[in-house]
Amino acid sequence: MGFLDINNVTKSYGAVEVLHKVDIEVQEGEFLVLVGPSGCGKSTLLNMIAGLEGITSGEIAIRDRVVNGVHPSKRNIAMVFQSYALYPNMTVGQNITFGLEMHGVPKADRDRAMADVAKLLQIENLLDRKPGQLSGGQRQRVAMGRALVRNPDVFLFDEPLSNLDAKLRVDMRTEIKKLHQKLGTTIVYVTHDQIEAMTLSTRIAVMYDGYVQQLGTPKEIYDNPANLFVASFMGSPSMNVLPARLRDLNGEIHAEITGAEDQSLHLRIENAPESYRAYLDAEVMLGIRPEAITDPEGADRNARNIQSLHNTVSVTEPAGADTFVSTTLSGKDCIARMRADADVHPGQAFDFAVNMDKAVLFDPKTEERIG
Amino acid sequence: MAIASADTAIRSSSFSRVLIYLVLLLFALFYLLPFGIMLVNSLKPLEEITGGNMVSLPREWTIAPWLSAWSTAQIGVEPTGLRPYFINSIVMAVPAVALSTIVGALNGYVLTKWQFRGATLIFGLLLFSCFIPFQIVLIPMARILGILDIAGTTTGLILVHFVYGIGFTTLYFRNYYAAFPTELVRAAQIDGAGFFQIFWRIMLPSSGPIIAVSCIWQFTNIWNDFLFGASFASGGSAPMTVALNNLVNSSTGVREYNVHFAGAIMAAAPTLLVYIVAGRYFVRGLMAGSVKG
Ligand SMILES: Nc1ncnc2c1ncn2[C@@H]1O[C@H](COP(=O)(O)OP(=O)(O)OP(=O)(O)O)[C@@H](O)[C@H]1O
Ligand SMILES: [Mg+2]
Repeated sequence: MGFLDINNVTKSYGAVEVLHKVDIEVQEGEFLVLVGPSGCGKSTLLNMIAGLEGITSGEIAIRDRVVNGVHPSKRNIAMVFQSYALYPNMTVGQNITFGLEMHGVPKADRDRAMADVAKLLQIENLLDRKPGQLSGGQRQRVAMGRALVRNPDVFLFDEPLSNLDAKLRVDMRTEIKKLHQKLGTTIVYVTHDQIEAMTLSTRIAVMYDGYVQQLGTPKEIYDNPANLFVASFMGSPSMNVLPARLRDLNGEIHAEITGAEDQSLHLRIENAPESYRAYLDAEVMLGIRPEAITDPEGADRNARNIQSLHNTVSVTEPAGADTFVSTTLSGKDCIARMRADADVHPGQAFDFAVNMDKAVLFDPKTEERIG
Repeated sequence: MAIASADTAIRSSSFSRVLIYLVLLLFALFYLLPFGIMLVNSLKPLEEITGGNMVSLPREWTIAPWLSAWSTAQIGVEPTGLRPYFINSIVMAVPAVALSTIVGALNGYVLTKWQFRGATLIFGLLLFSCFIPFQIVLIPMARILGILDIAGTTTGLILVHFVYGIGFTTLYFRNYYAAFPTELVRAAQIDGAGFFQIFWRIMLPSSGPIIAVSCIWQFTNIWNDFLFGASFASGGSAPMTVALNNLVNSSTGVREYNVHFAGAIMAAAPTLLVYIVAGRYFVRGLMAGSVKG
C-alpha cells in the first residue's frame, strides 16, 4: 500500500470514458508528475484525487483511507490551480488563512501559521495587498502559501507555472523543487511540459488518450520509453524515429537504414535481446535520441558501442551551447546534437558517431517497445 | 499609439464632431423640455397656468403646490396628500427589490456553479417568465393572493413584484456568474467553505456591478408599476403611481395643475435619484455581463 493509492480508477462523462483503469501507487514524499498532451485526462485525474470530480469506478485512498465520496475539504489535500484562484476580494493574508478559518482554527494559531508560511515564501511584505496588486510570480507564491499553510498530506498542482513567462517559469520551477526537498511532502503535479516533468519529478506518469502509457523515474522514461508515444513525447528535440530493417550479418544483428543518397547503412547492435531475432528482415522503428548522434570527438566516452555513419549534412542550427545538425536517414529528417564547435558544414559528407547503446526499437504496428 | 490616432481623428473631423454635439444637445433639450415645464408650473400659482401661461417662468414663485401635493391634496376621497402613498411605495419597493435581487443572485450561483441535471431547462423557464406580459398573470395572481389572504395589502404587492422580478434578476446574475472563474469556487471548496459561505464570502463581494444593475432595474420597474398596484392594492395601501392617478382624477372643484405637476415630479424623483447615484455602476455591470458572458 502506498501513501496515495489510485486503484483501477476510471472516469466517464455519460457514455464517454475519458480515463481508463488508471493504477498508480505514490509513496510518501514522492513527487509524481502527470504529463501528457492536452485533453489526455491529467486534470480530470487530479480533480478526482482532490474530490472535485466523482469517481466512476475504482478507488482512491490517501493514507490507507478510501476517500471516494469524501468531501474535498476532508481529504487533507491542498491544491494550487493554474489560474491561482486567489479570492479577489480578500487580502493576501486572508487568502492564506481562509482555509484555516473555515476549519475553525483559532485566530492566534492562524496568524502564527500565516507568518511561518509568509517567511518561507518571502511574501511577508505583501500580506495586506489584494491579489489584483500582485505580479504573476507573487500570485504564484501566494497560491502556494495558501496550500502550504494547511500542512496537507498531499499537494496537488495543476499546471501552476503555465501562466508565467519563460524566465519566471524556470525560477519558480527551481523554487518548487527546493520547497519539496525542504518539506518532503507528497506532491502530484500536472503539466504538459515534458521538461518540467523531467526536472521536478521523482516519478513520471506519461498519459495519452486517458491511458497511463508509462510510469517510471525520469531516467527510465527517457532511456527506456515503453512505446513510440512516450519516446517522441519526452525529450526536446524529440527522439529520431527511423524506419529500419534488422539484418543478421555474420551472426550479429544490424539495423539497416538508408542514407541521403539511398545507400544502405548498417548499425551494429550489441548484446541484442533474443526477441530481436523474431523481427529479422522485417521492418522496425529505430529510435535514437539526438544527443546519441554526435561528431566522433564529442561521443560519450563511456559508451561501448559507437558506430560510425557516413552521410551528408543538410542543415546546421547553432543554438549557443549546442549545434543541431540535420541529416536525411531512411527518408526522414534526423537531428544530431553536437558540441558548439563541432566542425560540420551543410552539404558536406560527415562521419556521424552513433551511440547504439542508447538505441531502442519499436514494433511499427503496435508501436510498442521491442526487447 | 491609440492616443495619437484618436488625436488625428479628432482634428480631421472637428466639424462633424461639433455637428454631432449640437444634434445631441438638441435631443437632450427636447427630452428635458417636459420635465422643465412640469418643474416650472409646479412652482406657479394656479391662476398663472389657467391664465394660459404654461411656458414662461413664474411671475410669483411659490412652493405651496408642493406642500399641498405632499400633505393636503385630495387623493380619491381622503385629503391626505401623497405622503402615505409615497411611504407605501417605499415599503413595497425596498423589500421586493432586496428579495428578488438576493434570490436572483442565489439562482445565478446555483445555475452556474452547482450544475445539476436540468439546470438549463430551469434557466430556460425562468428566462421565459421575463417574456410573460403582466396582463396574463393578473387573474392567477389575484387567486393566489386571495388564498394567502394578503389581497389588497402591501405585503401582497411585495410578493407579486418579488416573484415577477426573479426571472430578470436570475438572468442578470446567471450571465455575470457564468464568467466568474469556477476555480475560485473549487478552491473555496477545498478550503472547506460550504454552499452559503462560498456565496457570501467569495461570490457576493465580487458582484457589486451586477447587484447595482439588478437593484436599479427592479427598483425602476417596481416603483413605476401601475397595473399590479391598481389591481392588487386598494385604498390606503395603494402605491404612489396609483395615488398620483387618483390625485389627478379627483373630480372635486377645479383642476389644480400645479399640484398635479408637483405630485408627478415626486413620483418620478426616486427613480431619477437611483439613476443619478448608481447609473455608472449600471452601465459597468451591463458591460461586464455582456462582454465576458
Ligand atoms: N465535463 C465534461 N464533460 C465531458 N467531457 C469532459 C468534461 N471535462 C473534461 N472532459 C473531457 O475529458 C478529457 C480530459 O480532460 P482534462 O481536462 O482532464 O484534460 P487535460 O489533460 O487536463 O488537458 P489540458 O492539458 O488541456 O488541461 C478531455 O477529452 C475532455 O474533453
Ligand atoms: Mg488540464
